[in-house]
Amino acid sequence: MPVSQSHSQLVYDALKGCDVGLLSALPETWLVHLIRLADDDPEMILVRLAKEEEGVGISMGAHLAGVRSAMLMQNHGFLASVNGIVSGAQLYRIPLLMLISARGEMGEKDPWQTEGGGVTRSVLDALHIPYLELDHPDHVARRIDQAQTLADASLKPVALLLMRDLMWEDE
Amino acid sequence: MLRIDALRAIYPQLEDTVVVTIMGAVAAELQAVGHRPNFFYLEHAMGLASSMGLGLALARPELPVTVIDGDGSVLMNLGTFTTMARYRPGNLLHLVFDNESLLSVGGFPTATSTGSDLAAIAAGAGVPRALTVHTEDELRTAVEEAREARQLTTIVAKVEERGPKVFLTDLHMLENRFEFQRWLRAAETRSSP
Repeated sequence: MPVSQSHSQLVYDALKGCDVGLLSALPETWLVHLIRLADDDPEMILVRLAKEEEGVGISMGAHLAGVRSAMLMQNHGFLASVNGIVSGAQLYRIPLLMLISARGEMGEKDPWQTEGGGVTRSVLDALHIPYLELDHPDHVARRIDQAQTLADASLKPVALLLMRDLMWEDE
Repeated sequence: MLRIDALRAIYPQLEDTVVVTIMGAVAAELQAVGHRPNFFYLEHAMGLASSMGLGLALARPELPVTVIDGDGSVLMNLGTFTTMARYRPGNLLHLVFDNESLLSVGGFPTATSTGSDLAAIAAGAGVPRALTVHTEDELRTAVEEAREARQLTTIVAKVEERGPKVFLTDLHMLENRFEFQRWLRAAETRSSP
């Protein structure tokens, strides 16, 4: 599978570097290595979800309990979480770090992913959620740290888009 | 059984536990019985109170956590039963008041009014202990037994379709949020050597 193992490791190490102690996740192709890394890490609390919106509630609880967390999801999972983000994390000022695989953008071969790719940024903008792209290994650690820093300072959700150029190694 | 009487019955049992409630009638009634700094009222994000409780329970395994849910709320997030059951934290108690109605928005009957059984759904999802109670005494006993068992428990408490006239209280959501967080932080300090 051409999902980049080394870049997944970079992302995972950067999350650990930010003291993330709980990850909620719903699997999708680009996230397989990240989820496996979390599963293999005895220090990480991995919560496998039935639907992504649950992860917003789990992160709210973890934050108030003093544990940093992040959500791993596909952009369709982000779209499925919008009410929880607005009426949970935003209403209650919760720093919510979301790592969203940006499926359906340039280079996407799966026709079923293409509609979500076209609206993800518009929805992030509509919700006033700041986001950065992770598309090159050189800036992964710095941008994850910046995103966590802004989330903590603003007490609001922030997003990082996991881009094809970072996550996928075309054969 | 009236929900507020049920809340009064278990109020002493909520003293040393983190509590997360759903919005509306439940939040207003628990505040009427008496607010405590370890109580958090999720005044929106319907369906996510149990997810929040799961996050709290996993993040702080030393603290007992009680979620006070409702039939309308939990029906919006039935997957939560499977996620809770998967990790089954022994410090998590999931209490669901089932009045078979979306009372807070005008009394529309929910699917529990036509036979959907939330305790059976919880058990089917893998929640190790799931039961339905109908009286204050049964509820108090069920809460006590859940604590002693130290196993994830869902208690469905059947209550009448009645609630307060007003849901707004003088406790602002953000005041509640920060007070609750400070209580949890202090609890950490108290429990560390």
